[in-house]
Amino acid sequence: MIHVTGLTKDYGKRRAITNLNFDVKKGEIVGFLGPNGAGKTTTMRILTGYMPPTSGKVEIGGYDVIENPLEVRRMVGYLPETVPLYNDMTVFDYMMYMARIRHIENAEDRIDDVLEMVSMEDRSSGYIGKLSKGMRQRVGLAQAILHKPDVLILDEPTIGLDPGQIIEVRNIIKDLGKEHTVMLSTHILPEAQQVCDRVIIINKGQFVAEDSTERLQTRLTGAQRVHLSIRGDASEVLPVVSSTPGVINVSSTGIDSLEFESKPGEDVRSTVARNVISAGYDLLELKKVSMSLEDIFLELTRDEILPEHSTEISDSPEIEPEEMR
Amino acid sequence: MRNIWTIGIREYKHYFSSPIAYAVAFVIMLIVGILFYVNLVSYANYGMAPGIQIVIGPLVTLLLFTTPAVTMNTMADEQKTGTLELLLTAPVRDHEIIIGKWFGGFLFILTILLASWIFPIILNQLVSPGIDQGELLASYLGLALMCAAFVAIGIAASSLFSNQIAAFFLTLGIIMALWMISYPAQSMGAGGGEIVRYLDLGEHFYSTFYKGLIDLKDVIYYLSLTAVSLFLGSVSVESRRWR
Repeated sequence: MIHVTGLTKDYGKRRAITNLNFDVKKGEIVGFLGPNGAGKTTTMRILTGYMPPTSGKVEIGGYDVIENPLEVRRMVGYLPETVPLYNDMTVFDYMMYMARIRHIENAEDRIDDVLEMVSMEDRSSGYIGKLSKGMRQRVGLAQAILHKPDVLILDEPTIGLDPGQIIEVRNIIKDLGKEHTVMLSTHILPEAQQVCDRVIIINKGQFVAEDSTERLQTRLTGAQRVHLSIRGDASEVLPVVSSTPGVINVSSTGIDSLEFESKPGEDVRSTVARNVISAGYDLLELKKVSMSLEDIFLELTRDEILPEHSTEISDSPEIEPEEMR
Repeated sequence: MRNIWTIGIREYKHYFSSPIAYAVAFVIMLIVGILFYVNLVSYANYGMAPGIQIVIGPLVTLLLFTTPAVTMNTMADEQKTGTLELLLTAPVRDHEIIIGKWFGGFLFILTILLASWIFPIILNQLVSPGIDQGELLASYLGLALMCAAFVAIGIAASSLFSNQIAAFFLTLGIIMALWMISYPAQSMGAGGGEIVRYLDLGEHFYSTFYKGLIDLKDVIYYLSLTAVSLFLGSVSVESRRWR
């Protein structure tokens, strides 16, 4: 549905994105991940035809974004990072305006449906300026799906919402993903993990990794993280565990528990268990902990364990972890 | 065409929720009203019947200064609230956005002109045998055409800046320059002077419409000024994408 090749964008002398290539298939929900300033918004703006790329090609539904901008825009629903609302209009008037711009037939019925989807039907006569941030976000989303677009592009759809609203919006997006192709950007990693079928990670404008959320964990690190607990003081077994071949990054996580990682591709659980027991401790628990996308992300963008085609990333100054949630 | 109408009507409605528009309408009605009263009294003292010019004269001068205030917001606001991104990613052509904005602003100025129609009506009651209807219609047609050009210049200037004040002064500057361009023309030679004088905004109004005459060349002048400004505005919106 979305086909991006060699996408590069310069702002003056500053290169915002460099040679991005990716595809999004029909019906997929794809997360576009990266720290602040990674080039997510720039990429999305190019996809929606808001600005042209410096070089490279974007095709949506078979249409080139530059050559057939109107066809592409008809097909795309877009929620920009700053929700584009007119504060002096009522929710209904705003939706009506968008419906007219998009030449939607039976606009009133469609608006009712869409507002119901985002549970805003009871606020349709209220002024947008008086809505809370979460409601504004939902109206923005309603605007993006009004014309039943084949492709939905959502730039940080849950930013600034409270936890309850975040869950609501995520559920809406998941529902939308059943009928639409969705591409959403976020720097909140659990969000991508929950909502997306697949993630594309970029950093400093460059491609870092791309895979399904589960496969990404194993493929990129190949490592297992294991949780171990014993009867008694876990710090005593720490040397035993760390001296086991293949074990790295041992850390204490409680009085009677610790966590360690295995080197990529090695399953060290049985050796560790044998060593702990033969050292005279009571082993209570030994289980695999799945690495969160957050851990992977940090490793990808900070350490230099990078997949083959993104070696230049380590040249750029690294992002601070505070920038991410 | 449909998009222009949609954008224009929204823009027009938007004016009625903006304080600037009310301030402009209020200022125009107040000052024209005061001058109208003053003129009526002094004409009466001399025992003469005033013409429609006592309304049109002040109206032209006021519109010269207030139209930039009406248009300065149009694109700047969209930029600030992020709704420009919405329009530029909607299936709408760039020139449709600009023409739609112009249409909305022009409708608003026409509404003010319509409200000012109250003064000719009063005047018509006061003087006998009434005012010259031809002069009235020609003057208002001229005003409408001139305002079409003012609004178009304003929209084009506003599309250049995301700052309202900058848009205001650029618009005012262009209109004032076009207003006064015939002064330097007087010292120029016959050929060059003639061309420069043709560009003068006021010349096309005071020598014809104001006197109750309608000349096709003046109509064409204002329409082409409008068209050129709208074209430049569209180019500016398009270039915005490349920035």
